[in-house]
Amino acid sequence: MSKFEVGHQFAPKSYLINRAALVTYADASGDHNPIHQDEAFAVSVGLPNVIAHGMYTMGLVGEYVGALARETAGTSARVREFSARFTKPVVVPANTDVELIVSASVVEMSGSELRLELSAVCDGVKVLGMAKALVVL
Amino acid sequence: MLNPDLVGRTVAGTTATLITQESITAFAHSLGEENVSFAPPTFAITISLEQSQALLQSSGLDWNRVVHGDQRFEIHRPIVAGDQLRCDCTIESARVVAGNEIVTVRCDLISGEELVVSSWSTLVFRA
Repeated sequence: MSKFEVGHQFAPKSYLINRAALVTYADASGDHNPIHQDEAFAVSVGLPNVIAHGMYTMGLVGEYVGALARETAGTSARVREFSARFTKPVVVPANTDVELIVSASVVEMSGSELRLELSAVCDGVKVLGMAKALVVL
Repeated sequence: MLNPDLVGRTVAGTTATLITQESITAFAHSLGEENVSFAPPTFAITISLEQSQALLQSSGLDWNRVVHGDQRFEIHRPIVAGDQLRCDCTIESARVVAGNEIVTVRCDLISGEELVVSSWSTLVFRA
């Protein structure tokens, strides 16, 4: 198993978010809140446009962490803790792919436990705050 | 305004949700996750948010005004197909800040006697 220095940066990964992806996530998760699909409704409740489910953004970061864990330690790696604050909405206009850039750095490595600080940035703005994961390798 | 008596009270789930491979696969693929041998780390939300909604709506909060503030998971083991998960919900805290009501709900997903995932959702009900 690899050892990582505190501060080690993992390569960032880019995800594209669009309206169709939000519909797919809504169906898969059961969260059909119209602010994630219906522009007129989103605007009527004071939002700039349709916004992504916070849990969709967090789910993409979860995919990043899972892939990173597998590449590091194989299929036995597990995400034990995962947390984030939804600080800024990810606005998803029609007919647009919005790019989310996800990255991670090592906060602590002790034994088989790898503590990560996570970043999710959209258009230069951090959309998650205090995003962290504990991975057991 | 949430009845303060509800804070700290646990509402035990009465029915178990059977987790199917189809539901894990659909959720994983919607996130671009190719591994479907167990559920992604955020999968618990598909059960816990619905249970939290039922609990908070029955407590008089307006779900149309809700925003997700933050989210945390403790995953004791991954959820797998065939799990039958009961969801116990506890309103851990409720406070009012600038007219917004901020409620933290803990949901424990339990298979038999085994705690599989605990999830904490902080929900902001906008004034």
